[in-house]
Amino acid sequence: MIGIVDYGCGNLRSLENALEFLGLESRRVAAREDVLAMDRLILPGVGHFGHAGAELARRGLGDALKERAALGRPLLGICLGMQLLFEGSEEAPDTPGLGLLPGRAERFADPSLKVPHMGWSAVDFGDLPGAAYFVHSYFVPAFPAGREGEAATARYGRPFLAGFRCGNLAGFQFHPEKSGAYGLNLLKEALAWS
Amino acid sequence: MVMKRIIPCLDVKDGRVVKGVRFQDLKDSGDPVELAARYDAEGADELVFLDITAGIEKRDTAARMVAAVARAVFIPFTVGGGIRTVADAEALLMAGCDKVAVNSAAVRRPELITELATRFGSQCVVLAVDVRRPAYGILVAVDAGRTLTQLTMGAWLAEAQDRGAGEILLTSMDRDGTGSGYDLDVLRRASRGLRIPLIASGGFGEAGHAVEAFGAGADAVLAAGVFHQGGLTVRRLKEQLAREGVEVRPC
Repeated sequence: MIGIVDYGCGNLRSLENALEFLGLESRRVAAREDVLAMDRLILPGVGHFGHAGAELARRGLGDALKERAALGRPLLGICLGMQLLFEGSEEAPDTPGLGLLPGRAERFADPSLKVPHMGWSAVDFGDLPGAAYFVHSYFVPAFPAGREGEAATARYGRPFLAGFRCGNLAGFQFHPEKSGAYGLNLLKEALAWS
Repeated sequence: MVMKRIIPCLDVKDGRVVKGVRFQDLKDSGDPVELAARYDAEGADELVFLDITAGIEKRDTAARMVAAVARAVFIPFTVGGGIRTVADAEALLMAGCDKVAVNSAAVRRPELITELATRFGSQCVVLAVDVRRPAYGILVAVDAGRTLTQLTMGAWLAEAQDRGAGEILLTSMDRDGTGSGYDLDVLRRASRGLRIPLIASGGFGEAGHAVEAFGAGADAVLAAGVFHQGGLTVRRLKEQLAREGVEVRPC
């Protein structure tokens, strides 16, 4: 059973539809016990980093997520959910992220770029390169140096972290649930490893 | 970078696709789910559904269709037609579409754009603009293009962008259905002041038209008839575009 953290930040319907299509059972979780207990857990997120961080804290879910990660249980962050796994974001400098990985999200600053970065861009997952659908204004620049793991990079004016897998943690900056057959495959793989 | 997008458009009436869909091998060419899945499999980057019968009394029908499409298709899709309020948009977004398109209602009450952007974020708000070229200027038309306003395209796009529209779907009514190519002059003028993506619509007939539209500043091209009637598949179009050096998502 896959848990999807429901903390009022974004519409979970598309993700639920994608999991159902893949034949994977899921349910929304909002209680700390569930955050700890689920086999697999997805932290989604759309919107403002400050709002999302405050909602996680207010619901007592931030600590539960940290505890889950410390226990070595799998956790997949998607979009803003991926950024929340890191230490913070330029979007809300006073709101701490979960700090499970070093690094901070920054805003696309090149004035010649349309922001948000919205649309399909190439991602270079080593064994499975393809194109994925992004909607975001902030990005994590790179996978933390010195950490063991696999990472994929995308480019929008500059390179940035498109996705990664690092021990029990995984993240996608793009929306695998909106990236066609390619995205569904990545989602399935990310939820299959142990 | 961002790849150029190919967007098939489906006209919907009472939850059924209408207007000349001629795929031989479809069991039910009026089924939005079957068609959407077909376009997804062919490599469409996004889909647009325009509900030509939309209205408050049809909201449930539209939401049911959206929910069914969202369970079967895993690329972004936009739904437009008859959205006049935040509640109209919310019903569709909660049912599972990614963006809503507004047109005439926003011309009549521009605050609608601001309300939608504030509530759902600009990335969910597509402003559909129908334009015509009378003797001079480029003017906005409403009511499915039937009524010409005195609003100029330039003024309307600038206001819409400031109000938080996330994307512009720009249809040249003079070219719509002709297959003679997009109105490049309209696209050039529109893209000049835009910081948000521009979708070209009206006039697509062959791959060269898409190349020209991208050259004129479009980020995506929308087409209906040529795909529905099997004259060209999304896959073949993308192969041709790739040969022309346009960066598209491989399918």
